[in-house]
Amino acid sequence: MKRAVPLTITFITGFLIIIGFFIPHDPIGGLQSTFLQWYAIIVGFTMVLGLMTLAKVHTRKILRREAGFGYSTVLIGAMITTLSVGFYSGVKYGIFETGTPFMWYYNNIFVPLSATMFSLLAFFITSAAYRAFRARNIDAALLLIAGALVMIGRVPVGDIIWSKFPDVAEWIMNIPQMAAKRGILIGIALGMIATSLRIILGIERTYLR
Amino acid sequence: MSIIVGTWVAAFLTLCIFSFLYKDNPFYKFAEHLYVGSSAAYMLVYFYFFNIKPMLIDKFITSAGTVRWILIIPAFFGIIMILRIIPQISWISRWAIAFTMGIGSGIGIVAGIHGYILPQIKATFLPLVIPGNVVESINNIILIIGVITTFLFFYFSKEHKGLFKVPVRIGMTFIMISFGASFGYTVMARLSLLIGRIHFLLHDWLHLI
Amino acid sequence: MFKKLATIDRRYIYVIIAICIIIPLLTKIVLEIKVSPPVQSAYDSMEKLPTSSSVLFSIDYEPSAEPELQPMLLAILRHAFKKDLKVIVMCHWPLGFPLGQSALVQVAKEYNKEYGKDYVNIGYRPGTEAIMIGIGREIRDFFASDYAGVLLDSLPMMRAIHNYRDIGLLIGLEAGATGDFWVRLAGAQFGQKIVLGGTAVTTPDWYPYLQAGQIDGLIGGLKGAAEYEKLVESSGRGIVGMTAQSVAHIAIIVFILLGNIGYFAIRRK
Repeated sequence: MKRAVPLTITFITGFLIIIGFFIPHDPIGGLQSTFLQWYAIIVGFTMVLGLMTLAKVHTRKILRREAGFGYSTVLIGAMITTLSVGFYSGVKYGIFETGTPFMWYYNNIFVPLSATMFSLLAFFITSAAYRAFRARNIDAALLLIAGALVMIGRVPVGDIIWSKFPDVAEWIMNIPQMAAKRGILIGIALGMIATSLRIILGIERTYLR
Repeated sequence: MSIIVGTWVAAFLTLCIFSFLYKDNPFYKFAEHLYVGSSAAYMLVYFYFFNIKPMLIDKFITSAGTVRWILIIPAFFGIIMILRIIPQISWISRWAIAFTMGIGSGIGIVAGIHGYILPQIKATFLPLVIPGNVVESINNIILIIGVITTFLFFYFSKEHKGLFKVPVRIGMTFIMISFGASFGYTVMARLSLLIGRIHFLLHDWLHLI
Repeated sequence: MFKKLATIDRRYIYVIIAICIIIPLLTKIVLEIKVSPPVQSAYDSMEKLPTSSSVLFSIDYEPSAEPELQPMLLAILRHAFKKDLKVIVMCHWPLGFPLGQSALVQVAKEYNKEYGKDYVNIGYRPGTEAIMIGIGREIRDFFASDYAGVLLDSLPMMRAIHNYRDIGLLIGLEAGATGDFWVRLAGAQFGQKIVLGGTAVTTPDWYPYLQAGQIDGLIGGLKGAAEYEKLVESSGRGIVGMTAQSVAHIAIIVFILLGNIGYFAIRRK
C-alpha cells in the first residue's frame, strides 16, 4: 500500500501524459487535460505546505524564546499582516486592482525588499571578480577575456571605444558560447530523460522516502 | 498622501537592506524577516484567489454531473499533500507526490526529446563549406566542433586520456569561453538591478533626476 | 605597492561601484544605443504581425528582476498597442503578477485601450508546464475567467481565442527556466511562435534556441530593454540606465586588471 499505490500512480500518470502527445484526441487527450488540471491544483497546495513549515519553525522559536526570536516575531507579524491585507482587499475591492491596500503593500514593501536584496549581488560580484578573477592558467585567462569582451561589447561605451566591440561580443555569444551551451544542455536533457524514464518505470524511488 | 508615505517606507526598507554592505545589523535582519514573512504569506493569498477559488470552488459551483464531483479527487490529493506535515500519517502524501512526479516525468521526456534534443541536433547539421562565404564556413566548423567536444567532455564513462584527451581539451576551451560570457552577462544583470534601485532612490524618493 | 593593488578593502570597492552608478544617473547623459540582431529580430516578429492579431505576454519574473524586465515589458507593450494588436497577459510566477497588471494598466491608458476589447489579463495559475500544454487544447480548461473572476467568454476579444492557433506571438519575459518550458512545450509541441526576453543571467542559455530557429527573437537584460526602447522610440529606464551600466562595466574591468597586475607582480617576486 505504501509503495505499490504511489508507484502505480506514477506509472499511469507518466505514461498517459506521453501517450497524450501522440493521441491528442478524446478520450486520451481529454484525460490528459484533466490530469494536467489536477496537477495544477495539487501543485498549488505545496505553497501551503511551505508556509505551514515556515510558520511552525518560527512560532516554536518565539514560544521557546530562542535567540533572535524578536526577528521571528517580525516574520510572523509580516505573514499575518500580508494575509489580512490580502484577504481584506480581495473581498472588498477585488484583489489585484491597482490602488487597493494589497497593491500598496506590494509596491512599497515587497518590491523594495525583494529588488534591493538581489541588487546587493552587484557589490558582491564586483568584489568577487576583483579577488578571484586571476589569469592563473590558459583556461582562467580564456574565461577572463571572454567575460571582459562581453562586458565591454554589450554596453554603449564599448561601441564608442571601438565600433567592432559589439560585433565581437555578438560573435562570442553566437558561436563558441552557443556551441558549448548546446553541448552542455544536450547532456542535461539526456540526463533528464533518463531520470524521468527511471521514475515512470519505478526504478528511481527516492521521492518515496 | 499614501504615495508619499509609500515612497518613504520603500526608501527606508531599501536603505535597511543596503546597510548589510557595511555589516550584518538589526535593520537588515528586520527587513530580511519582513521579506520572508511577506513573500510566504503572499503565496497563500495567491493560492486562494488563483487556485482554490477559480479551479475548485467556482468550478464546483458552476459545473454539473461528473465534472463537478470529480473535483473531489484533486482536492483530496491536495489535502493529503499538506498532511506531510504530520509525521504519523505523512506516508499518505506520497500518493500526491507520486501523481506530480508522474506528470512531471512524462512532460520531461517529451519536452527533452522533442523540445530540445531533436531540434538542437538538427540545427547543428550545418554545411562545413559554403562556397563564397569563408566567414560563415569557419563559424559553422567552430560551432560543430564546439558542440561535439563540449558534449564529449561530459562523457564520464571513459577516462579523459590518450586519443580522447584532445577533443576533451578542446571542449574545455569552449566551456571556459561560455562560462566567461555567462559571467559577463551575470555582472550585467546584477548591475542592472542596482541601477534600478539607485534610480528609485534618486528619482522617486529624492527627486534628483 | 603591488600588494596593495591586489588587496583593496571590499568596502572601497562597494563605494566606487555605487559612485559609478550614481554620478552617471545624476548627469542624465544618454549614450547612443546600437541595436543587436537578436533584439531586431524580436522587434521584426512583432512588426510582421497583421493588425488585430493576438499577442500573449507571460510575466515570469518577480520584483527581484523588475529593474531589468519591467522596462522591457513597457517597451513591448507600447509596440503592441501602437500596432493595434490584442494583448493577453498571463503569469507563471505568482509574485510577479502585480508588475504585469500595473504595466498593462499604465500603457493601455497611454493608448486609450479598452479592457476586454483590446487587452485582457487572465492572471496566474500554478502548474507551469501543465498550463503550457493545456493552452494547446483550450485556454478555458485552466483560465475559465480572467484575473478578476470575469468569465473569458464575456470578454469580446477572448471569444475567438481558444488555443495557440489563435495567438500570433508569445512574448515570454523570463527570470528563470520557465522560458525553456515555453520553447520546449508551446513551441516544439504546438508550433507557437515565441520571442523571449530574459534577465541577463538567463539570456546566454537561450542562444541555442535562437540559432536553431526555436525562438524568433531574444531580448537580453536592461541592455536589451534599452535597444527595444530605441526601436519603439520611447525612452525609458533602459536607455537612462545604459550610461551607468557602461561606467560600472568599465570599473569592474579596471578592478579585474588591478587585481591581476597585483597578482602577477607578487608572483614574480
